[in-house]
Amino acid sequence: MQTTTVFLILIALCVISFYTGRKRSQIVAMQHGGLDTLHSLPNHYGYMAAVWAALPALFVLLVWMGFESSVLHALVVGQLPQNIQQLPPDELGLYYNQVQGFARGAIDSAQLDEAQISAAEYYIRTVTSFSQMKATLVFVVAIIGALLAIRRVTPVFRARNHVEKIFEWVLFSSSFVAVLTTLGIVLSVMFEAIRFFQIIPVQDFLFGLQWSPQMAIRANQVAASGSFGFVPLLVGTLLISTVALLIAVPIGLMSAIYLSEYASRRFRAVTKPVLEILAGVPTVVYGFFAALTVAPFIREMGESVGLNVASESAMAAGLVMGIMIIPFVMSLSDDIINAVPVSLREASLGMGATMNETIRKVVLPAALPGIVGGILLAASRAIGETMIVVMAAGLSAKLTINPLEAVTTITVQIVTLLVGDQEFDNPKTLAAFALGLVLFFVTLLLNFIALHVVRKYREQYE
Amino acid sequence: MSAIATITDIKTQNIEGKVPMDKRSALEIESQDATDTYETIGTPRVDNAKMSARHVNVFYGEKQAILDVSLDIGRNEVLAMIGPSGCGKSTFLRTLNRMNDIIPICKVRGDITLEGEDIYKSDQDTVMLRARVGMVFQKPNPFPKSIYENVAYGPRIHGLAHSKAEMDEIVEQSLRRASLFDEVKDQLDKPGTGLSGGQQQRLCIARAIAVSPEVILMDEPCSALDPIATARIEELIDDLKEKYTIAIVTHSMQQAARVSQRTAYFHLGKLIEVGETKEIFTFPKHQLTENYITGRFG
Repeated sequence: MQTTTVFLILIALCVISFYTGRKRSQIVAMQHGGLDTLHSLPNHYGYMAAVWAALPALFVLLVWMGFESSVLHALVVGQLPQNIQQLPPDELGLYYNQVQGFARGAIDSAQLDEAQISAAEYYIRTVTSFSQMKATLVFVVAIIGALLAIRRVTPVFRARNHVEKIFEWVLFSSSFVAVLTTLGIVLSVMFEAIRFFQIIPVQDFLFGLQWSPQMAIRANQVAASGSFGFVPLLVGTLLISTVALLIAVPIGLMSAIYLSEYASRRFRAVTKPVLEILAGVPTVVYGFFAALTVAPFIREMGESVGLNVASESAMAAGLVMGIMIIPFVMSLSDDIINAVPVSLREASLGMGATMNETIRKVVLPAALPGIVGGILLAASRAIGETMIVVMAAGLSAKLTINPLEAVTTITVQIVTLLVGDQEFDNPKTLAAFALGLVLFFVTLLLNFIALHVVRKYREQYE
Repeated sequence: MSAIATITDIKTQNIEGKVPMDKRSALEIESQDATDTYETIGTPRVDNAKMSARHVNVFYGEKQAILDVSLDIGRNEVLAMIGPSGCGKSTFLRTLNRMNDIIPICKVRGDITLEGEDIYKSDQDTVMLRARVGMVFQKPNPFPKSIYENVAYGPRIHGLAHSKAEMDEIVEQSLRRASLFDEVKDQLDKPGTGLSGGQQQRLCIARAIAVSPEVILMDEPCSALDPIATARIEELIDDLKEKYTIAIVTHSMQQAARVSQRTAYFHLGKLIEVGETKEIFTFPKHQLTENYITGRFG
């Protein structure tokens, strides 16, 4: 039986339990002399029965699905001849994959030996019986759960509190999923990064001033001295993000102020969606724009005043990235500025302050936490942005703070390291994970600093 | 014509469910609408007026909120404006320092003068006007800054203090006049939003008087406060009239009777009656005024 079918039947069981629980509570109530002898409403007893039918069964289903493939593997391998069971793990894995493939009809029988074909038949039998066992088990658990709940329907049983408690737990575990996922991502990156740091010392990575991730494949190869100093990448990332924020923050903030404080309703209704379209343009398209239009333009401008500008420059990437993140800054700031109470503006204007003074001294300070939040979101967008930089800023890891030169960023290097052949015993590939880990901590640090700034300067209003 | 129709609508809404007698008086007003003339009963004009309004009409888009109101505010007097909700008293108050300018659809017709000068003349600087005619709002609205900064805000933007010592002096004086200083003198750097409601409102009054205005407009300043805080603000208003001219909108007739020298009764955008507070409350001349102050209406 398909998992989807099991699921649908489970839902049906839930609905049945709900109505049974409700009916049962009504019957019990009538025996005791009316509905108001019950502690909770009949619906609460119904919910309780439904929840007890669903949750334990779902749990069993999840556990089953988690262990199914490994149990299956062990059973099938146990059936194989002794000599094949003795094979090294990777060869055995290949052998097993062939069995699996044949069982699913993906591989022709001509490629397989006798033992594999019989194993495949065993595999198919096991899968079928497993699926029946799974369905039966889930339904039995669901029905037992529902029956237990329905048995507990008595006038004194506090079904309402019970249901509330269960819902609180469901909500809690949902919020826990996000935390667990973050933890999982960090750990998965961290294990690979630790392998990298076993080959390249941490201090060489964190403080090295040179980045050229080549490793010798054979001894005495030309130009094979790999160096993994991450500082040029960090500087490149910060340089491009700074250029982007220098463009986006003033323009975004000022347009937000204009839209919320000065613009007529009609102007606002037209402009805001148009500006928000900017956020929807794919970054690849921004990349074209940066590489084909902005970069040559900056180069020509620079040359006309006698500056030496690289054809791919941090300036070009930063500028276009800045335009890309304007909508973030603008949209969030606009919402926050609008949320500042009108009474504060009236108070300031009523004292003879100008619009300008009111905005600078009352509205912006009150809106500061939200504005910083918007800028922070924009900054993490800028730091994480890859496509524009690949196309417009180049790949050369030069340690410079001159925005007119070509630089590269952490994300771009992660992409280049993981494109093409990957060797998970080579620091070249593993370096990508170390970079990912550092990127994670850099963003975390930025968040932390911003939170601190907000807490220090926030002006709380009611 | 459409303005009149809208006003009629408002009227029927207001009157719905009231006793028939009120409906009759409303109908009388309606017939006056058609000719658009009515006579304010009492003494709208005084000899030594600080501010005077003549034939003021205010429109919100198509809707007319104020109809032909002429009213003087005498020097160093407290003028109370009373009337049922939506009668235009707050709107009228806000025309006196052009706070209505903030609302784009609001139009003001007629003359309003401060010390004989037209405040709606084309080259009038609203910034200077609002420094001279301060305002205290219905809900206490201190800035989310420290108590000190709240009071120093006005003097700072108008450049009234030239040194820290001068600013300290202004802040202390203003807080003293608002009879708040003794309560907050040790916590001037604490946020103004942390004070109690009554203290916040006195802070707002201190903030308004810190720029030494000549007139203070108060828009239901006690409606969000408890009786004890209200009593303190009323005492304060009584003290403040020594130095300032005050116009106060209030829903509490007891408050109007306690703090004001003259009282104006507004009804559906019209100024029905105005006169000495004692007289208004003891011998109201217009039927609507009597209905209102005896609690039979609004």
